[in-house]
Amino acid sequence: MSTPSSFAAPANPMRAYASMADMTASAPAHPEPSDRARPLARSIDLRSEPGPVRFIIIVLAVSFLTIFVVLPLLVVFASAVSSGIGPYFAALAEPEAISAIKLTLLVAAISVSLNLVFGVLAAWAIAKFDFRGKTFLITLIDLPFSVSPVISGLVFVLLFGAQGYWGAWLQAHDIHVLFALPGIVLATIFVTFPFVARSLIPLMQEQGTHEEEAAISLGSSGLQTFFRVTLPNIKWGLLYGVLLCNARAMGEFGAVSVVSGHIRGETNTMPLLVEILYNEYQFVASFAIASLLAMLALITLIVKIVLERRLDEGQIPRDH
Amino acid sequence: MVSTAVARRSSLPGFGLTMGLTLTWLSVIILIPLAGLFLKTLELSPEQFWNILTNPRTLNALKISFGLSFAAACVNLVMGTIVVWALVRYRFPGRRLFDAVVDIPFALPTAVAGVALTQLFAQKGWLGAPLAELGIKVAFTPIGIFVAMVFIGIPFVVRTVQPVLIDLDPEIEEAAASLGARRWHTVFRVILPSLAPALLTGFALAFARAVGEYGSVIFIAGNLPNVSEIAPLLIVIRLSEFRYADATAIAVIMLLASFLIILVVNRLQRWAQVRIPA
Amino acid sequence: MTIEVRNIVKKFGAFAALDHVDLKVGKGELLALLGPSGSGKTTLLRIIAGLDWPDAGEVWIDGENALGHGASERHVGFVFQHYALFRHMTVFENVAFGLRVQPRAIRKDEAAIRARVKELLDLVQLDWLANRYPSQLSGGQRQRIALARALAIEPRILLLDEPFGALDAKVRKELRQWLRSLHSEIHVTSIFVTHDQEEALEVANRVVVMDKGRIEQIGTPGEVYDHPASAFVHGFIGESIVLPVEVSGGSVRLGGRPLNIGSDGAASGASRLFIRRHDMAIGPAGTGSLEGAVRRVRSFGPIQRAEVALTGGEGKTVIEIDAPRDRELQPGEIIGLQPRRYRIFAAQD
Repeated sequence: MSTPSSFAAPANPMRAYASMADMTASAPAHPEPSDRARPLARSIDLRSEPGPVRFIIIVLAVSFLTIFVVLPLLVVFASAVSSGIGPYFAALAEPEAISAIKLTLLVAAISVSLNLVFGVLAAWAIAKFDFRGKTFLITLIDLPFSVSPVISGLVFVLLFGAQGYWGAWLQAHDIHVLFALPGIVLATIFVTFPFVARSLIPLMQEQGTHEEEAAISLGSSGLQTFFRVTLPNIKWGLLYGVLLCNARAMGEFGAVSVVSGHIRGETNTMPLLVEILYNEYQFVASFAIASLLAMLALITLIVKIVLERRLDEGQIPRDH
Repeated sequence: MVSTAVARRSSLPGFGLTMGLTLTWLSVIILIPLAGLFLKTLELSPEQFWNILTNPRTLNALKISFGLSFAAACVNLVMGTIVVWALVRYRFPGRRLFDAVVDIPFALPTAVAGVALTQLFAQKGWLGAPLAELGIKVAFTPIGIFVAMVFIGIPFVVRTVQPVLIDLDPEIEEAAASLGARRWHTVFRVILPSLAPALLTGFALAFARAVGEYGSVIFIAGNLPNVSEIAPLLIVIRLSEFRYADATAIAVIMLLASFLIILVVNRLQRWAQVRIPA
Repeated sequence: MTIEVRNIVKKFGAFAALDHVDLKVGKGELLALLGPSGSGKTTLLRIIAGLDWPDAGEVWIDGENALGHGASERHVGFVFQHYALFRHMTVFENVAFGLRVQPRAIRKDEAAIRARVKELLDLVQLDWLANRYPSQLSGGQRQRIALARALAIEPRILLLDEPFGALDAKVRKELRQWLRSLHSEIHVTSIFVTHDQEEALEVANRVVVMDKGRIEQIGTPGEVYDHPASAFVHGFIGESIVLPVEVSGGSVRLGGRPLNIGSDGAASGASRLFIRRHDMAIGPAGTGSLEGAVRRVRSFGPIQRAEVALTGGEGKTVIEIDAPRDRELQPGEIIGLQPRRYRIFAAQD
């Protein structure tokens, strides 16, 4: 990984998953009953710490994760239903909420599909060919990961805003980019730009070009080769990238907040509505929307774990 | 610029097409907008630029963002190491669950994280109430910003270091032991130094993320100018005041800082590569 | 310093890595543990070092019960197969490590540590690499640094796990001689593990042949080569011709035909006849207890290697023999063969 939050590259989490298999194996296998019978044979696990140290480390790790991660997540759901189930669903049925959900889905659908197409094209060019400047190109693709979301929104304001480069021209032709759907979509595409490409590139590089070359030599066309040979090999990686891309697209706040203009019922996505309702002290309504986004995050995490397992398994036959 | 330097060595079709579309799309979405940001800055005279940056409110916002991010990244470095150690080296009930939980700060939309942390640490919140009795106020103070930054930084150190610790050759620990090293010597002189590139990479990534973070911070921050106002928020405020120049200047500084961090991270990665025996 | 291993048992799950192993190593010996992979030789080495713990048995180093101490207290030098050099430390710091982590009471001062490291780097002839990192070294250099590092703590015994396993053939040969001369210089009781018989026979003064967690034979290189104690040892060390024979009342039959050799004291029943390739005397057809047609001859160096299809058995039994170059063999020629030396072991399994 070379830039902030490039978790999109599956290499990392996949290895993280591999850790689990590894751990079961490396768990101390010593305490067998026959061991204790003999007086002098004390079993010393070289690669572990004394019991009390182990205990303290586990307690520290678990408390830290509980306080900083588990509790915030629980608070979302607890606050959402703090007045009961009725108000919870009532909040979700508000027209404002429904329009925010619709807008979020629409924005995600557009930006994910565009990034999907781009990501596949970029991965093909980068992974299947050798050329100078490849590392630089990958760094450019990674760039949005290291840009503050606020700046990601700002750059579009500078282009399309009233005082921006093309603001006057757009106003003259009555075209709305900022504070409208196109602006939100552009900002979302910007922040989710690297996900698909970054999850495909390592996978496709590892798979090499032999299968594609075989297909070409057998007379298959470029597109046929892609759809019949490459795509089946990368489908889980592709799904992985799309999944993360989608989660970020639906959840993006900072960049969208800058370009949306917060027009109620029109340019409010779900995260923006969470903010507005919270600032208006409508806590139940705010957390109701937030709970939907939290569920999206949880589902994404679960599917991600399943996919990582699959990507991991998919690699085993190739290694041997 | 990239396509001219092409050295094709493949019999596969589609390089020109895919590379062309990639570069076009990259330019439209990333390069032109970012170039716009830098062009906008060039409209400012150096003096104007300097004045914006040395404005006390800007300076304070930058100090708060960078200072607290650094502090949060330090906490993440230490606690992340402890978490990785527990997850990789020990078995305890719920280990797999806690392993999965590490990714939540990354997966949870920032606005949701923001309101959740605020609720949790507010005066009547689950953690805010007991802390208030101890006289500690977290929400709507700089401590709140720090807490939010710790939250979003957790996955970075853990997920960067975890694979390295897993792949660490068990023989180096055995070698240390057979040379007479006690366990703490092995941990502090052999294992942790071996993890150093990964630890520093994780630290840099967590730091970079915290500096740019907006959504999870602004709810809990209190947002008092000069006290608890982070730089990204100041950009938003300047924009809403239509002071584009101010917003741009701050953004450029932050952008340069994150480029610097990318550079450092890339160097760290190369350093790590060199230390892997061929 | 002496090592004594008594009745060691080590199981990994249901698999018995070591099955009641006894071994005594005398002061100043250079001993080879030789066996195929999975024979338990590395496990035995690791148990002596304290890196693994036996399920039963005792380990005595210098008359002291070693199982009372962990690896860090045993003063045993261990050289790992893949060297396990600390890659974040320079060569110098790697070698100095064992000295720096000594308890404060006995730790040498910085000047003494430097002098000692220098001395060791001189010993392995790599003092000019002191400031390099392990990743900048060749395999043979890493190997020697790993050895210097292990020697730094003045170990009572030195254990080497496949010391030349990861090196290419030429470097291996050089390092073998080097290790032997080093041993005669420092004279530390040493055990090394190898699966390479040539290495074991050439370097060690005694060889322990292991298979399936048991010791098959302990002896000098000459003994294990010339007087293998079991079929396994005969098959594993040197290249052998193996023929299925029937022993009954002192006579040996191959495919029903009696061979003109004694039964070597073997019990009656299905047996296997082991002959070294070069222990086959060649004569004209009709002489010797075996006869066969030469199929293919390859000559290299001082020998010619011939494939011979034995008469009888429908030409299906093909053996390879090594003959001196002075008796030119021709493909198609029928020759008589007489084992000069051979061993007969009961057929197992």
